[in-house]
Order: sequence, then C-alpha cells, then structure tokens
Amino acid sequence: MTQAFFDLVAAVVIVGALGVVMARSTVYAALFLIASLLGVAGVYVLLATEFLALVQLLIYGGAVTVLLLFALMLTHVRDLRERAPEPAQRLGALLAGGGLLAGFITMVYRTRWPRDNGTITSIDFNTIGNALFNRWAVPFEIASGVLLVALVGAVVIAMQEEGEHL
Amino acid sequence: MSIELLAAPLIDLPQRWMAALLAIIALTLVMTFAVMFATYYERKVVARMQQRLGPMRTGPYGIMQAFADTVKLVAKEDLRPATADPVAFELAVFAIFVPAFIALVAVPFTEDWIISPMPLSLLFLLAVSGLSFIGFLMAGWGSDSKYALLGGMRAAAQLISYEIPLILAMIGIVMVTSSVNVGDIIIFQDKVPLIVWQPLGFLIFLTASVAELERQPFDIPTGESEVAGGVFIEYSGIRWSMFQLTSYVNMYVFALLGAFVFLGGWEWPFGRDIGWGYQLFLTLAKMSLFIVFYLWSRTSFPRLRVDQLMSYAWKVLIPFALLQIFLNGLVLVYDLPDIVLLITSGAAALAMVALVYRAVRVTPRVPLKMVSNTMPARSVV
Repeated sequence: MTQAFFDLVAAVVIVGALGVVMARSTVYAALFLIASLLGVAGVYVLLATEFLALVQLLIYGGAVTVLLLFALMLTHVRDLRERAPEPAQRLGALLAGGGLLAGFITMVYRTRWPRDNGTITSIDFNTIGNALFNRWAVPFEIASGVLLVALVGAVVIAMQEEGEHL
Repeated sequence: MSIELLAAPLIDLPQRWMAALLAIIALTLVMTFAVMFATYYERKVVARMQQRLGPMRTGPYGIMQAFADTVKLVAKEDLRPATADPVAFELAVFAIFVPAFIALVAVPFTEDWIISPMPLSLLFLLAVSGLSFIGFLMAGWGSDSKYALLGGMRAAAQLISYEIPLILAMIGIVMVTSSVNVGDIIIFQDKVPLIVWQPLGFLIFLTASVAELERQPFDIPTGESEVAGGVFIEYSGIRWSMFQLTSYVNMYVFALLGAFVFLGGWEWPFGRDIGWGYQLFLTLAKMSLFIVFYLWSRTSFPRLRVDQLMSYAWKVLIPFALLQIFLNGLVLVYDLPDIVLLITSGAAALAMVALVYRAVRVTPRVPLKMVSNTMPARSVV
C-alpha cells in the first residue's frame, strides 16, 4: 500500500515538474507547479514528517503560488510561441540539465546521512519546535530579520513606483 | 523499500482503509443533505429577519423547496462559454470541492466519531481549507470574463489575507493548550471553554471566518452590484451547484471549528461523563450558534468596500491577533493566574470593538459629491 501511494505521489511530482517546463501556456505551467508542490507534501507524509507536509501545503500550496498566479493573470503574459529551439541551444540545455541531474544523483548517493539506518524515525512536533526555538533560535531570528527587511523594501519600492514621496 | 512491499498486490485494501472509504462516502452524503437543509434554513431565517415568509409553496411551510431546487439545478444544462479555457474551467470546481470535503476527515464530531484521528488536526484543517483559492483563480481565469477574473482575484486575495489573522488567533489557542490536536484542545476545556480566556482571539476568529467564507459583509468577491456574481458568473447547472455546495460545507467546517476550539466542543459541560449522544448534541448545538451568527451578519451589515477590506485585515485584525499572542506569552512565561488573561484579553476585545465602532460612526468631513476631485481610493483588485 505504501509503495502504491509512493508511486502515485512520485508520478504527480514528476508529471507536474515536466508540465512546468513543457506547457506552452504560462498559467498552465503555474498550475502544474502547484500540483508538483502538493505532491512533495505527499512525499513528506511518507517520510513521517506530517508537520513539514502541512507547512508545505500552507506555504507552498498557498502563499507562494498565489503570488505567481496573481502576477501571471494580472499582467497578460503571452503564451510561448510554437518555435523549435536552435540545435545549439537544445544541446546546451540538454548538457546543463543532464549535468545538474547527474550531480544531484551522485550527491544523494555519496552523502553519508546522519543516523541513516534504513528505517524512518518519526520526529515529534514538539521536538521540531524545541530545535527551532531553543537550539537554532539565533539563525531563526536572523532569517526573520532578513524577511522583515525584504518586506519593508518591497513596500518602499512599490510606493516609489506610484510616484509618492516618503 | 523492502521486497515485501514491492511484491504486494496493488489493490489490497486492509480493513481500516475500507472503513475510512465507507466513512468518507457516508459523510459526503450526510453533508449534501445537511447543505440542502442549510439552504432552506438560510432562506427561512433571512426571510424572518426581513419580515417576509420565505419559501411557502413547495410542501408544508415550503419544506420541500430545497429538494425542488436540487432537481432543477442538477437537470439544468451545464454550459461553457465558447472562449473559456476548457481545462481550467471544468477542473476549477473540483479544485474547490475536494479540499472542503478533505477537511471533514479530521473533524471529531464526538469523542470517537472521527474518520482519521491525527496529532496535527488543527493545522490540517487550516492548511487544507486554505487550498481552495487555487480553484477560485482557475475559475476566474478560465471563464474568460472580466467580471469572473476580477471576482477570482478578489476571492484569492481575501482568502490569503484573512488566513493570517485566523491562523494567528489559532496560534494563541495552541500556546495555551500546548496541543495542535483538536481532540486535545476540546478536552483541555472540560472546566471552562476557551472563549472565556481568549475573548479577543474569539472575536478575531469570528470575523476572519466570515471573510474566509466570503459571506456578507465580506462577500466582495461575489458582490452582485460590483462584479455580478464574480467567479460564478459563467457557471450553470451542476457545476454552479457544486460551488454552492462547497461554500455551505465550508460554512459547516468553520462553524464546527469555532465550536470545538472556543466553545468547548463535545466536552463542555460534562461531555465525556454522559455519552456520545449528548456529545453529538453539544457539537451540533454549538455549531448551530455559529451558523445563526453567519446568517444574522448577512442581514445586518452592509458590504465592505474593496479598499477597506485589506486595511481592516492588516491594520485591525493582525495587530490585535499579535496582541493576543503577546498576552498569552506573558501569562505563560510569568505563570500569572488565568484571570489576568480574561481581564487583559477582554479589555483588548472591547478596545477592538470600540475602534471599529468609531471608524464606522465617523461622519465624513466633506459632503459627498457625485464626482470626487480628491484622490480615488487605491486598490489593486
């Protein structure tokens, strides 16, 4: 049953990812991206990290993709033209994509993951909270500071574009 | 993965999977009938509040009206505009419909009546019900109509913005109960329901849930006088009824969530001592309180303007939700008595009500003109 579920989730992720790069319509590409990201949440469920799966739904399924869809639907992005790419361009894309894939696969195989004994240890929700807010509190605070700066910067840029003075 | 799992047949449903499947089918049917009743009930209650009779012709007191409506809607032709995007238009219904019903999986109707007990059920409910905006955007973009696109944009913007105060109010609850499981949160309230200790959080939840449901006065995405029905404009027949079904199912889900988290759910008072029948009664009675509130607010408040919508979320609800979290933190860290929470949170709730009342009652300094020479109201959608 688990294997069948994994096959299903993996199929959703891969078909979604292929759809993102192959769809001619940009809005379709964004919808495929959402399907792929939701599939990743399924992978997290299989790895027994329900919290990460739900956060994936909440952040990537919700907040991030809504920005993408808003930008695409409000700005009248034209669909890609039906045009065969140049042979050199095609070769370059193949080399870059294939090289990246090979690199990732070697990296996954050669890394010695800590505490890897072939079984899935379910991590408690409270453990994640303790790690995030006690042990790694400083990196967490730095990350939120960076996000705050980005937020204020976005507001400043948006206000200047509308011709208002600060 | 081990060899045994690979060798297992593809379709090998164990008993608990069958039980879950049957429970989901039963729940879907029950919810469909509950929604049919809700449409009748809504028309009757709203009619009462407007000194009308409501549906009276079909059956005694119009009780068969919902069945007649259902037959009419299902039999109606399912139209699609010629220029609409076929895939997005047809699939949008399911992108809204499925998350609403999936959320019901984690709803504990009584102590034992739950399809899938999970340790993070509160987060699950919020995360899954937050996915419906994809369907609204697909419907708005796929319909190839300006009104539908505007309505879809408004719906998505509103859903995403009001999710923030909703989740912040829930974080306050999670801090106090130190659990993300709805069942544990309900058992935590066996003495006193949480509305007593978190009145500010309750107010924020109530407001944000009306906005999440896109009901009046937050029906900006579907406002007839502005966007002529919004995303529903091009839909008819069975697809339109599925949209309506979903919005009522969402109403039930949020009413249940409020009943569980703030009113003590099936536990308060004496739920576990008496039995499941009484627990079911408690759940449904508290859920009905919320539903009556949603209907009442529909007939009582005028619709917000689209620029007021965002400033209300960002300048009123979110700061007050953060204040509630801060108060909870103070009480937890310094181990203050619970009564401090009641007084401070209650005072903040009163302050929020006073602030909104003042903003509503203020008289415009300049008399309203038909053509304004001041800056027009700024809004994105």
